[in-house]
Amino acid sequence: MAKTGVYTFLVCVLMGFTAYASFYIAPTEVTMGLVQRIFYLHAPSGMVSLLAFLISFIGSVAYILTRKPKWDWLAVSSAEVGIAFCTVVLLTGPIWAKPAWGVWWAWDARLTSTLVLWLLYVAFLILRTMIEDADRRALVSAFFGVFAFLDTPLVYGSIWWWRTQHPQPVVFTSAGLEPTMRKVFYLSWLSLTCLMALLIRQRYELESSRDQLRSLEQELEAN
Amino acid sequence: MRLFANTAALVAKELQTEFRSRELLTTTLVFVLIVIVLFSFTFDPSVSESRRFGPGLLWLAFLFSASLMLQPCFLKERSNDTLSALRLSVGDPFAIFLAKFVSNTCLLLLTQVLLLPIFAVLYNVKVFPVFPKLLLVFLLGSIGVSVTGTALSAVSSQARMRELLLPLLLLPLLVPILISSTEATAALLAEQPALRRDWLGILTAFDVVFLTALWLFGEYLLEE
Repeated sequence: MAKTGVYTFLVCVLMGFTAYASFYIAPTEVTMGLVQRIFYLHAPSGMVSLLAFLISFIGSVAYILTRKPKWDWLAVSSAEVGIAFCTVVLLTGPIWAKPAWGVWWAWDARLTSTLVLWLLYVAFLILRTMIEDADRRALVSAFFGVFAFLDTPLVYGSIWWWRTQHPQPVVFTSAGLEPTMRKVFYLSWLSLTCLMALLIRQRYELESSRDQLRSLEQELEAN
Repeated sequence: MRLFANTAALVAKELQTEFRSRELLTTTLVFVLIVIVLFSFTFDPSVSESRRFGPGLLWLAFLFSASLMLQPCFLKERSNDTLSALRLSVGDPFAIFLAKFVSNTCLLLLTQVLLLPIFAVLYNVKVFPVFPKLLLVFLLGSIGVSVTGTALSAVSSQARMRELLLPLLLLPLLVPILISSTEATAALLAEQPALRRDWLGILTAFDVVFLTALWLFGEYLLEE
């Protein structure tokens, strides 16, 4: 418990410093101005959500092969956290797009792929609510989790290819990033990854406690 | 070898069951027709607009119909617990998936081929000069829809609200198929028809990835 407290404190400090760095240390972008600072939350959140979905995929495969409930807990915890970060990307994207491109939504390749990914994992969570039996739920949703993750590169590939066939607005790329901006970007990425780890851990503990409660209830009913 | 013998026998069984009643095929055909007709009311289909929007509408109609058509695929095996009988009668449970996948692909392809002339007439596009190439796009697209649809039909058949659940799980997964098939079909129906290998590549990649995943993990879904 004390360990979690220390880790939570460290993550909070890191997040606070990242917020300070993105507002005061990183220089203001010339063409887009202040609104570009949302980039330090937007882009790393996208990367962190992909990492969370990768962890969920690993959990799903491991559950199918070993049938240990802890892998199912990991799969569902990281899928939920991944959706949370995906939602941040989908909310900050339009806020950035409106002043930069003049429209809330431009069907930009990355934003559109993120939306499809968000829909896939929301479907994953809905599927889990539709099956009562815990083992069956774990197995069936693990199977769908594998399919959803395998679809990710195909979704990105096809949408990217589709958008390059059509006219699209100029996207701010990270390739030509100014050195201080790059440092702040990496700092933000690090702190969001730490936050993701913390959230997954907390959610995993919750799932584990639920399982304990369930077995205690069953024991009680049996007596 | 045994896998293929078992699969062939099961495919024959699936197709025979369907062609005895023709329920699935007739309903799907009429459903796609309704969707295609309804779509035409949402815009005034001139020749150039039909070329632009037609392929997308056609594929969207196919995907919607597939998400309904593949629904009973595993559900019908539940009512009399024939799935247990199937599992007992074949050595490799993958044969059950393979058979359902092959028969579903055949039925989807048949629906598409039967509806293509009607679509061509209603939307004023010339399909016959490029028919063999269109057939290739339809085949690759149907394989992708059928492999994921068959697998997810096994998933949704084990849950509540299964009728609503299958489209919910399947349609977002089929985004790569929708984009690639639409673009490949549009390129074939353009004034200068072209077979777009890049889109066929994405379709093939989708088919290979999910067929392999089904082969590796499918059997676990059929456990009691």
